[in-house]
Amino acid sequence: MSSPLLGVEEEVQSNVSSPSVDCGLGLKERNYLGLSDCSSVDSSGVSSLPDNNKNNLNLKATELRLGLPGSQSPKRETELCLLNLGKLDEKPLLPLLPSKDGICSSSQKNVVTGNKRGFSDTMDGFSEVKGYVYTQKSWMLREAGSDSESPQSVGHGKYPGNSGVNVILSVRSLGAQASVKKEEPANVLQKQPRATNGTNLKQTDIANNKSGAPASRAQVVGWPPVRSFRAKTLASSSKNNDEVDGEPGPAALFVKVSMDGAPYLRKVDLSTYSTYRELSSALEKMFSCFTLGQCGSHGAAGKEILSQSKLKDLLHVSEYVLTYKDKDGDWMLVGDVTWE
Amino acid sequence: MFWGSRKTINMNYFPDEVLEHVFDFITSHKDRNSVSLVCKSWYKIEKYSRQRVFLGNCYSISPERLIARFPGLKSLTLKGKPHFADFNLVPDDWGGFLYPWIKAMGKSRIGLEELKLKRMVVSDESLELLSKSFPNFKSLVLVSCEGFTTDGLAAIAANCRFLRELDLQENEVEDHRGHWLSCFPESCTSLVSLNFACLKGEINLASLERLVTRSPNLKSLRLNRAVPFDTLQRLLIRAPQLVDLGTGSYVNDPSSEAYKKFKAAIQSCNSIRSLSGFLEVAPRCMSAIYPICENLTFLNLSYAAGLQSNELTKLIQHCRKLQRLWILDCIGDKGLGVVASACKELQELRVFPSDPFDAGNAAVTEEGLVLVSAGCPKLNSLLYFCQRMTNAALITVAKNCTNFIRFRLCILDPIKPDPVTNQPLDEGFGAIVRSCKGLKRLSLSGLLTDQVFYYIGMYAKKLEMLSIAFAGDSDKGMLYVLNGCKKLRKLEIRDCPFGDAALLEDMGKYETMRSLWMSTCEVTLGACKMLAKKMPNLNIEIINENEQTESNLDDNQKVDKMYLYRTLVGHREDAPEFVWLL
Repeated sequence: MSSPLLGVEEEVQSNVSSPSVDCGLGLKERNYLGLSDCSSVDSSGVSSLPDNNKNNLNLKATELRLGLPGSQSPKRETELCLLNLGKLDEKPLLPLLPSKDGICSSSQKNVVTGNKRGFSDTMDGFSEVKGYVYTQKSWMLREAGSDSESPQSVGHGKYPGNSGVNVILSVRSLGAQASVKKEEPANVLQKQPRATNGTNLKQTDIANNKSGAPASRAQVVGWPPVRSFRAKTLASSSKNNDEVDGEPGPAALFVKVSMDGAPYLRKVDLSTYSTYRELSSALEKMFSCFTLGQCGSHGAAGKEILSQSKLKDLLHVSEYVLTYKDKDGDWMLVGDVTWE
Repeated sequence: MFWGSRKTINMNYFPDEVLEHVFDFITSHKDRNSVSLVCKSWYKIEKYSRQRVFLGNCYSISPERLIARFPGLKSLTLKGKPHFADFNLVPDDWGGFLYPWIKAMGKSRIGLEELKLKRMVVSDESLELLSKSFPNFKSLVLVSCEGFTTDGLAAIAANCRFLRELDLQENEVEDHRGHWLSCFPESCTSLVSLNFACLKGEINLASLERLVTRSPNLKSLRLNRAVPFDTLQRLLIRAPQLVDLGTGSYVNDPSSEAYKKFKAAIQSCNSIRSLSGFLEVAPRCMSAIYPICENLTFLNLSYAAGLQSNELTKLIQHCRKLQRLWILDCIGDKGLGVVASACKELQELRVFPSDPFDAGNAAVTEEGLVLVSAGCPKLNSLLYFCQRMTNAALITVAKNCTNFIRFRLCILDPIKPDPVTNQPLDEGFGAIVRSCKGLKRLSLSGLLTDQVFYYIGMYAKKLEMLSIAFAGDSDKGMLYVLNGCKKLRKLEIRDCPFGDAALLEDMGKYETMRSLWMSTCEVTLGACKMLAKKMPNLNIEIINENEQTESNLDDNQKVDKMYLYRTLVGHREDAPEFVWLL
């Protein structure tokens, strides 16, 4: 702000900007550890294997995530992906086949612009990025055709690095290669059958996926018209209610699922499924009504406790990859480990 | 002497004091405005006796001019950001700062006693200045504001010796975990209303209990999540005279001592008419509330995500006198049916989405609304988020309830047509505006063509506020509204194909309105510039977040966000860089 006004400006700067950026979301610019994570996985993967095997039941730290295959990432992204993902074919693969080869399909065009950089850095690259539209604030309504313009019109003044978080998916999937670890997704205690929207509209990222996803997936800023205070409060209160109600069912294994680009997360009871395929189709259904496209909402729900896992799913199986974060914090492709 | 018939009395024979006394009975802002236009002497008398002023747009006038116009000002209401700021369409630093107002009033001899703010940026500094500038300050109500911390609240608590009301509704407050509550001095016994439900941090419970104990006039108490169940129980014992209660954390074990004590305590609170809170809730404890349900007129469970439909309906069945109900959509259509059969006095219903971004999961459809309209003939205010809506349902609702003043329908999936007929919802909304002659506020959603605006322009003669999103086919739509709705004050449009022709057709219209918002429409920069040039009493603001400078854009380029409002004081001086004032 350049216009001084009776000291208001200072207040505004100090008082307004920070709360709004913080907004209870804990958003920061992050360098998404994708790469560094992966490298640590690489290096430590093998050595930690034996430990992991022993710690089979210590699932607390695993997190599930779904990788988002981008279709039109800028070249450097592609390189990055290729670099990290090693052998990946272009063809989208059903990620949830209970196969053990840990092939992470679709990952190439991963949305990963934010790998090592904060969000604001990535904004520069936006004009090249047709597929990806990030806003700090919320969704953007763009029909498929106008995607190329979207970066421009999306721009908001500030870009918390939230986006980086979601983006790394594919790189995360790299973890799949070291996925020999027999980790299982962590269990989360609660009973709550569904997570209310965890989103704070302000922090969602928007990855406009152009990979031939039905172009009609629109992403809308400020829709539905729910006050952001209300949206945030409902999100955190649903989390608390989970803890409050206590007494999970005998084998309730609740796991948080976040979809890349989703404004809020869902919770799934893993004990109600018996195969990966069931889980995958359930997740697909859960997120398919998601006409609002993909929005990264990782930060939105606040910091998860290590004991929770996250699954990221995609609207279309062929475009999305299920990955999870294990207790070492490595991103693993779902499907490598037997369901049990 | 007298002119005209013998029945005419020349009021100018009355001394000013008598006229002033007469004017005391005229309380509505509109009426007082009219009174001041009658003649110079009435203007003067009204001017000096006016105590309450409402400014719907803080930029329409300056603090200095307000003070000069109404030197007897005691109660001020200010609104800052445009409505769509609630949905993140307006960047944070846009404006709406409180400080200049406090500073100006503080310097003058205004004896401010009440301040009500909505969507303003309130700094700790301004709160502190407020607390020190007005010795008789009594009431602070902040709605959807931001920019302050609990330190600012501490200043209010400490310095406002006669504080009666501190009401914080849905504000973004940075919680410094200071002991702001403890800052109320022991001598403060005047509290009537205390609402801190939106605060996220811890509260000094002992201070809270002491405060409530020494506030015999306390009628309204809304706690935040950090106040546990047993504290709530103790507070109820201290304040059985409460009329409005907002629970903090409502979680306990029904077999515990605390729960039993709570049940006993609440039995004696037979003045409670309004209940809210339940951000954290243990469903099994809800039955303790049943005894007070029969007296409730307002029930707000819109943050109670932990309650399922059956628990909600069990509770609502006891609320026979309910007039206003705010609820989450997990109540479902069947649950709304229970509402329809139990709450015959219902006037206002708000159904919020528990899963806003998952249109497919919204648990209420057109059926629930039809049931309520059939069962609650007094219904006049609606906010309804639903998964789907049909023309037939809307037509039925219009037949059942002709008293709607506010009708806000949000179908979660934008541009969704009638799922049964695949038609736009023009006819349904048309029926609403035709039938509800007193309609003042309308929000549209679903698939809509120009036809719905034709109906609105034709029938919604009392309409004051209209919110449109993803609707219409052409400029004609907007023109129907601008030409037909004579009482229109606020128009907000997003993502509609309305462009320059509509914007510029009747430029004078905007001086009769408070404001117009258009975002992601077809309006060009050139048109905005022309409007700005021709209408000096309007501020046209372009909000541009693309880091482009004005010189980069040519006039044919579409404007992303435009906000215009009438003003008496020209361009504001506190606009940030990304706001262009044309």
